[in-house]
Amino acid sequence: MNLRRLKSVARKEFLHVLRDPRSLMMGIGMPMMLLFLFGYALTMDVDRVPLAVWDQSQTVESREFISRFSGSRYFDLRISTDNYRQIEVAIDRREALIALVIPADFSRRLSMGEAAVVQTVVDGSDPNTATIALGYAEAATATFSRDIMLKQMRNIANTRSEAIPTQGKLPVMELRPRVWFNTDMVSRNFIFPGLIAVVMMIMAAILTSLCMAREWETGTMEQLIVTPVTATELIFGKLTPYFCIGILDLVLCVGVGEFVFDVPLRGSLWLLAPLSMLFLFGALSFGILISIITKSQLLASQIGIVTTVLPAFLLSGFIFPIENMPLPIQAVTHIVTARYFVFILRGIYLKDVGIGVLWPEVLFLTGFGVLVMTAAIRKFRKKII
Amino acid sequence: MFERLRAMLIKEFIQVFRDPRMRIVLFVLPALQTVIFGYAVNMDVKNIPTAIFDRDNSSESRELAAIMASSGYFRIVRHIDHDDDARKLLDRGTVRLVLHIEHGFSEQLRGGETAPVQALLDGSDSNTAGVIMGYLARLASDYNSRLQSAYATRLAGQPPRIGRVELASRAWFNPNLESPPFYVPAVITNILFVITMLLSSMAIVREKEIGTIEQVIVTPIRKGEFILGKTLPFVLIGYIDVFLISAVGALVFDTPVRGSLWLLFLATTLFLMSSLGIGLLISTVSHTQQQAMMSAFFIIFPAMLLSGFAFPIENMPQPAQWLTLLNPLRYYMVVIRGIFLKGVGLDILWPQLAAMTMIGSVVLLVAVGRFRKTIG
Repeated sequence: MNLRRLKSVARKEFLHVLRDPRSLMMGIGMPMMLLFLFGYALTMDVDRVPLAVWDQSQTVESREFISRFSGSRYFDLRISTDNYRQIEVAIDRREALIALVIPADFSRRLSMGEAAVVQTVVDGSDPNTATIALGYAEAATATFSRDIMLKQMRNIANTRSEAIPTQGKLPVMELRPRVWFNTDMVSRNFIFPGLIAVVMMIMAAILTSLCMAREWETGTMEQLIVTPVTATELIFGKLTPYFCIGILDLVLCVGVGEFVFDVPLRGSLWLLAPLSMLFLFGALSFGILISIITKSQLLASQIGIVTTVLPAFLLSGFIFPIENMPLPIQAVTHIVTARYFVFILRGIYLKDVGIGVLWPEVLFLTGFGVLVMTAAIRKFRKKII
Repeated sequence: MFERLRAMLIKEFIQVFRDPRMRIVLFVLPALQTVIFGYAVNMDVKNIPTAIFDRDNSSESRELAAIMASSGYFRIVRHIDHDDDARKLLDRGTVRLVLHIEHGFSEQLRGGETAPVQALLDGSDSNTAGVIMGYLARLASDYNSRLQSAYATRLAGQPPRIGRVELASRAWFNPNLESPPFYVPAVITNILFVITMLLSSMAIVREKEIGTIEQVIVTPIRKGEFILGKTLPFVLIGYIDVFLISAVGALVFDTPVRGSLWLLFLATTLFLMSSLGIGLLISTVSHTQQQAMMSAFFIIFPAMLLSGFAFPIENMPQPAQWLTLLNPLRYYMVVIRGIFLKGVGLDILWPQLAAMTMIGSVVLLVAVGRFRKTIG
């Protein structure tokens, strides 16, 4: 490899980038747009679920039961009604996501020591929100039941146990959840590190997947072929300006996380920086490989989005947890490089882990980068076909 | 006119399909993606990997673990006997939950006291953590009711009658609360949008960049014919893809089209007007394919994210909600989900169709207006 030749290719590529300010602006603007969209507009948090209630019982107990819902931050009591029709309409129009119908014999059954069944209707068209809302409802009901049970059990324990040493006592297993890493359970802290990984992957693919194909398509590759530049020099030279843009994007992302969104960075920046460069190298090389293989910008753009952009969004564990996927799909995620970077960034951001935990991912990213770069160099033919 | 248009169409079809790899990209990959993403896009929280740190090792503590394992929500992957192991497992992400049962758990329970159990929870994914907390509350309530009725039976000589509240829940539209019926239609809309928009945005600019546009300009073809010739192949590709992906969805995920196929056809046509219109607009204002691709993504990303695909529009702040009103993908998503999931018809979906018609016509008119059949 001759550094002088590499430098001239890099210089030429820099000029290409600088002469097209619109693309450059978008190269920097796109990550910002994604960050701000996720930061301000998009949230998966389910709270203040709109609730409709039909209380047929109208007793102290039923009102107490309802207050367990209306008093929690997860539910927002929007509609109190006295007929089924209105509940149907409310759910159809999405004015309520969940509806409770409390039976007339609610209190009587409770005091008789029987199960009082509350009919619950939930709009299942968005199963994610519906499941979470039902989970809240189940949890609220479970605590209400527990309180009733405790009261009634204590009565039994008090009255029946004169001769027993454990008089008036009741065994209770108390689960005390303690949340680690993202103690306040803010979804932004979870989404943000993963988002950086996805953004970097997308930018790398978009920036480089056309750069070789363009030279083939417009015919300028012939001019490059007649120069003494080798495949390695050409590829590394082409990579240089995009690597710089990638680093710039990364700095901007981390900066926005730090200063705009207050996402805590618990781990070390000195670990984050080299690992990001490692990832960036692999991702850019992959874009170049696509470009070399396809030789057509139209095809390269389609293959780029299919192999990098969509998997980065959907298969990296960024939003949809990998462990919920069926096993064959989980196997597929192992070849999605963004997956490893998402894991690394979350580890550094949220858990403050070091290379001792992250080494398998680092190993993979290194192997991937070397493999793809070698493939790109070998696939590139300095010949006109 | 039809002769010129036909010639143009023949040229375009040859150009798009000449490369066999392109055929694969346009017809095989969308179907494959639907299968992979349909399975992957899933927010159900089940089989939470759990480690048990049981320092009591009694029949009570083992029963707790057994109830947990049989609930279907937790999968006990490890039994550990060291504090450090908990840290390591949670750091590495091997487990999301560590249940820590202290010494004396069973004694406290037998003595009728409160026995604390610590649940260490990986909160990094706040959504999943919230769901796990709900499961834990249910687990505690299950375990306690068993425990206490056994205890009361011992005191009173017979099982006590204790009142409780049960939720009999019924989910409308999607009774088993499965993800595929919700997400598969959404995957269709996303793939269709990305393919058609990317194709059309690079269509004209490609001729500009390579220089072949000059050859087109010297032919007698008219502006409208040229644009029609450029877009009609993509319309056809769009129809084929919708058909293909819907068939895959029906076969693999059992998400049949419940509503009318004609309505699906109509909605797809209106949607393609918008997506191809935006693509053409980009193509007319770009000079290189690189620029066109960047601009296309600049629109594709917000359109996908603000479509209600994974992030409910109701949860967005008001300004973002207003922004979604301009998003054709948002309307198409509602229509497609309505047709697939609820089998609703024109009487409910007409506002969406009207919105798509408006957006599509405006964008197409602007794109055609901007197009110049001159070099410069």
